[in-house]
Amino acid sequence: MTDIAQDLPAPAERPPVASTGIIGWLRANLFNSVFNSILTLLALYFLAMTIPPMIRWALVDAVWSAPNGQACRGDGACWAFIAEKFRFILFGVYPYAEQWRPLFVVLIFVAMILASCDRRLWGRLILLWPAGLVVIGALMWGGVFGLSYVETGSWSGLPLTLILAVVGMVFAFPFAILLALGRRSKLPAVRVASVCYIELVRGVPLITVLFMASVMLPLFLPAGLTIDKLLRAQVAFILFAAAYLAEIVRGGLQAIPKGQIEAADALGLGYWRRTRLIVLPQALAMVIPPLVNNFIGAFKNTSLVLIIGLFDLLNTANTALTDPNWQGFAAEAYVVAAAIYWSFCFFMSRYSQMLEREFNRSRRR
Amino acid sequence: MASQAAEALRPGRPAPWRDPRVRGIVIQIVFVAVLAAVAAFLVHNTVVNLEQRGIASGFGFLGDEAKFGIGESLIAYSPADSYLRAFLVGLTNTLYVSAIGIVLATIVGTVIGLARLSSNWLVAKLAQIYVETFRNIPLALQLLFWWGLLRQVAPAPRQAWQPLPDVFISNRGVSFPVPHEDPAHFWMLLALVAGVAASWAVSRWARQRQVRTGQQFPSLWLGLGLILGLPLAVFLAAGAPLRLDVPALQGFNFSGGIVFSPEFAALLIGLVIYTGSFIAEIVRAGILAVSWGQSEAAMALGLTAWQRMRLIVLPQALRVIVPPMTSEYLSLTKNSSLAVIIGYPDLVSIANTTINQTGHAVEGITMIMAVYLVISLVISLIMNLYNRAVALVER
Repeated sequence: MTDIAQDLPAPAERPPVASTGIIGWLRANLFNSVFNSILTLLALYFLAMTIPPMIRWALVDAVWSAPNGQACRGDGACWAFIAEKFRFILFGVYPYAEQWRPLFVVLIFVAMILASCDRRLWGRLILLWPAGLVVIGALMWGGVFGLSYVETGSWSGLPLTLILAVVGMVFAFPFAILLALGRRSKLPAVRVASVCYIELVRGVPLITVLFMASVMLPLFLPAGLTIDKLLRAQVAFILFAAAYLAEIVRGGLQAIPKGQIEAADALGLGYWRRTRLIVLPQALAMVIPPLVNNFIGAFKNTSLVLIIGLFDLLNTANTALTDPNWQGFAAEAYVVAAAIYWSFCFFMSRYSQMLEREFNRSRRR
Repeated sequence: MASQAAEALRPGRPAPWRDPRVRGIVIQIVFVAVLAAVAAFLVHNTVVNLEQRGIASGFGFLGDEAKFGIGESLIAYSPADSYLRAFLVGLTNTLYVSAIGIVLATIVGTVIGLARLSSNWLVAKLAQIYVETFRNIPLALQLLFWWGLLRQVAPAPRQAWQPLPDVFISNRGVSFPVPHEDPAHFWMLLALVAGVAASWAVSRWARQRQVRTGQQFPSLWLGLGLILGLPLAVFLAAGAPLRLDVPALQGFNFSGGIVFSPEFAALLIGLVIYTGSFIAEIVRAGILAVSWGQSEAAMALGLTAWQRMRLIVLPQALRVIVPPMTSEYLSLTKNSSLAVIIGYPDLVSIANTTINQTGHAVEGITMIMAVYLVISLVISLIMNLYNRAVALVER
């Protein structure tokens, strides 16, 4: 007499409680060894010490509306200060009634940056950006289409930050390509000059270049010719960014296999046609992710113009703090400015990581 | 007929405007001439402009009395000293904050980079939040934030925050205790140097012996013992002179101990946290670059976790880590010039004051640039030497 049940597969046992669900996840990810358990407890302690006070400061104890700074004193954040100063932080001393113009400028910038992220549009960027910059210039300056004229001294806030970064990169780029080609040139004079420029600029802090532009540029120009403060800073940014971009472009140039150049020579292409049609398209495509990273750096670096007295986003936030009616709200102003900078940089760095992954796909097995 | 065709095909000298050598020379001559013309134009304008403003050029002003005070300085300085002396104060301040910053940022970055690779989900996430937050906010903003925190939010010395015993954070800066000066410290330092030298010699000998005989020697433990033990022995022999100079509240401020001014503390915190987030990514990328197969092979050989790290993973990771690390150190040093925003008297800040007082913009900026170039070159040189030591030796 055999027991038939013996041959039947046993009913599947449920996995032990300790290896599934939340408990399993906790055991696998937070308490999988003594050391990790200690780390987890330390991290939890750290969170318990920092998160509740932060929430209390930012939300629970915060004051959301108040007529002036005195009514806003307390243990929490004074968001009423931000509500009062938000337009000043964003657009600074741009004429109040005309601030829809910088708002549109910011929107156009965001739209152009978003459009640049779409690879299907990359072919048309060469038309999109100049057109966009012309519209932005018209909006900021005015003097056309019935818009009142606004001098560059009043340009401030987020639009100024974006203009410095974007215009700086757009103009630095062709200069950087020439520098990179110069550094790899066969002509010693050209090579030495390029190397000297690149290494000199990369060896000094941006602040000194900005100082040089604001103090020495007027000295360099023929007597009587003055140059706008914003333009001076912009020139400094272009000169500075070009040196860094040139090194990135050089990285791409070096990665082009020699056979490509020899093939171009064999086809009878001259130096410029070879560079334009064969070398640069491949080299630039390879360095797009580091270019985006460099743009993030340039965007953050624009905050240094407060040293030479331009009102970029950081400086407007800083200036908002000097209102005698609203004293002592530095943390709030800096948190808001930081959040704006952060969202731009974080978005772009995510985008560059995505591009990098996509570009590496062909190299991965 | 045939001879005529051969004549036509023979590569003769091309016309000068088609000869690459001739063209190269001509292009270079034109290039240099244009550069020289632009330079001459700028120099001419500068000379004319300076004359118009009545500024005598030259470095003679460096000997003049500076007549401005400097908040903090490592070397003796008074407003009666010369501009050159003021420059030196700025230079030492820049070097001081950069050196401490580089050491601390390396430690913070390495810890955070390793934490991002931790199998502990919570620790890895916290490290990621740290990196993503601080990497994406401009350093200038962070400096202003820390400075504002120390100057405005931090309490007066009487109600100072005390995160650790005898460490005080107030709106006058950060005070913490240091050991009282004692003649034994000098001998302890000597003992430390001797210990480092001895442990280096021991590890060299142990490595040679291992190559020769295959026998291992616990050189790490002996080395640690020498490095820590020798100074400790001197310390005990001198009667353990451990008297701490503890900061204490006196009137409205702290006296004793070491005080970091709010400016210095904010600059250091900002530089370390900002650069640390970049270094963390470099360390992480470097360790990820060592393929998992290497670790598996090491495990198959029976190496312990520590040996695996020290002998297999780290040497390969360093090769990837060192070059970008060099540029982070360089950028930390250059970023220390942002001190001018929060009023810490670094080189740029003092040069700026000098330029405003004397009008010698060209000389001042030339001096800053020269100093930074020298610093950059020295750091690059040191790191390149180190890089050569860790780089892959091929054939």
